[in-house]
Amino acid sequence: MLFGIEWNTSNDWLFAASILPILLRGLLVTIQATVVGFLVAAVLGLVLAALKAARSPLIAWPARALTEFLRDTPLLVQLFFLYYVLPEYGILLPAFLTGALALGVQYSAYMSEVYRAGLESVARGQTEAARALDLSPLRTFGVIILPQAVPRIIPALGNYLVSIMKDVPVLSVVSVLEMLKVAQIIGDRSFYYVIPLSMVGALYLVLTLIASAGVRYLDTRLPKRGLPLK
Amino acid sequence: MNEQAIIRFERVVKRFGDVTVLDELDFHVDKGEKVTIIGPSGSGKSTVLRILMTLEDIDEGVIHVAGKPLWHEERNGTLVPASEAHLRRMRKEMGMVFQQFNLFPHMTVRRNITEAPVHVLKLSRHEARQRADEYLELVGLSEHADKFPSQLSGGQQQRVAIARALAMRPGIMLFDEPTSALDPELVGEVLTVIQRLAQEHDLTMLLVTHEMQFAKQISDRICFFDKGRVLEDGPPEQLFTEPREARTREFLNAFLNPA
Repeated sequence: MLFGIEWNTSNDWLFAASILPILLRGLLVTIQATVVGFLVAAVLGLVLAALKAARSPLIAWPARALTEFLRDTPLLVQLFFLYYVLPEYGILLPAFLTGALALGVQYSAYMSEVYRAGLESVARGQTEAARALDLSPLRTFGVIILPQAVPRIIPALGNYLVSIMKDVPVLSVVSVLEMLKVAQIIGDRSFYYVIPLSMVGALYLVLTLIASAGVRYLDTRLPKRGLPLK
Repeated sequence: MNEQAIIRFERVVKRFGDVTVLDELDFHVDKGEKVTIIGPSGSGKSTVLRILMTLEDIDEGVIHVAGKPLWHEERNGTLVPASEAHLRRMRKEMGMVFQQFNLFPHMTVRRNITEAPVHVLKLSRHEARQRADEYLELVGLSEHADKFPSQLSGGQQQRVAIARALAMRPGIMLFDEPTSALDPELVGEVLTVIQRLAQEHDLTMLLVTHEMQFAKQISDRICFFDKGRVLEDGPPEQLFTEPREARTREFLNAFLNPA
C-alpha cells in the first residue's frame, strides 16, 4: 500500500492496473520538479548569459567560471551539496524544492550557452544600427536582440526540458517521491520490480514523445525573423 | 585649419591589430557640405564613418564634431577618453545609413522609424508616428508603413533605413556604401532619394560610394583616400577630370573605364 492505495497481486495485469494511480502520483511530482527546475534554469541561464556577455572581465569571468563549474560537476554532487550544506547556513528547504533548485542550477549553465549562441546569431549590424540610433543598451537587448534570438533559443530550450525531465529520478536519493522512487517503493514492498519499473519506462517514453512533439510544433510556429513588433 | 568645419579629424590613427587603417589622418567637412569619399578597398573609407558613428574607437589623434571632441571629453583643461554618456550626446549629431540596411526585421517599417524617436528623443507615439509618415513620404514609401522589411525590395529597404536615420533629425548624415548591396536596377531609386536630400536640405553629408557619376552630381568635394590618408581632394569637376596624383588617375581609370 502506498498513498492509501492497495495493489492487487492476483495477476500481472491487475497488478499493473492497481499501481498505475500510484505511479501517476509520482509522475505528477516528476512533472512539477521538471517545470520548477526548467523555470529556474531559464531565468538563471539568461542572467548567466547576460553576465558572461558583460564587457567588464570582473563580471564576465566569474560568470564563465561558474558555468564551467556547474557543467563539469555531477548533478548528484550538486544536489547533495545543496541538501546537506544549505541547512548548515540556516536555509531549510523541503527536499522537493532543494531537488528542483539543484536541477535548475545545473541546467542554467547549459541554458546560458543556448542563450549565448542565440544572441550571438543575431547579426552584428543590428546592434550597430541600434547604437547609431542611440538606443540604450538595455532597450537594444530587450527590443532588438532578444526578440530576434528567441525563435532560435526556444527549440533548444525545449530539448533541455526533456533532459531535465529525464534527470528528475536523481532527486529520489534525497527521498523526493517522484515516479522512479514510487516504483522502487512498490517493488520493495511487493517484491515485483519488473512491472512497476517497466511502467516507469513506458510513462517516461510517452512524456518525452509528447514534450518533443510540443517542441517541434513550437519550432514550426515561431516566426523565423523574430517576434513581430508592430 | 578651417574654422567652419563641423567634422574635423586631426592626426587620427586607427589600427586593427597590425594593420594601420587610418594613418595620422587629417580630414574635415564643413557645415552643410556634401563630401564623398572614394578610394580603393581597405583605404579606410568606411572606417571614417564608423568612427564618427562611434562604432569603432580611435587609437590616436582627436576628432571634433560640431565643435566638441568626439572620442574625448575636456576635464580640467585636458582631454580624457569619452564616457558613454558623452558618446550618447555626440551620437545625436549624426545619423547613419549602412550598406546592409540593418533594418530591424521583426519590426514593421513604421516601428523601425518610430522606435528611436519615442525611446531616445522621448517623442509621444503620436508625434513619432507623424514624423515617421512624413519621412516615409519623403522617401516615397507611404503605403508600405505597416509592412515588414522582408516584404520590401532591397531598394525600398534602404529608403526606409534613410527615413529611419532622418527621423532622428541629425545635422550630419553618414552614408556607408548605401547602394553596394543592391541589385543594379534598384540603385537608381536610392540615389534619387539621397540626391533630393542633398538638394533640399541643409544637411551635412558624408558619403562613401563607388557610384562615381552620382558622386560627381551631388558632391561639393571629393576626397580620394589611399592607405589611410586623404591623398587628394577637390571639387568633382577638377578631381575627376584632372587629378593631380598619379595614384588617383590610376584608380579613376580603372573605375571609369573598366577593362
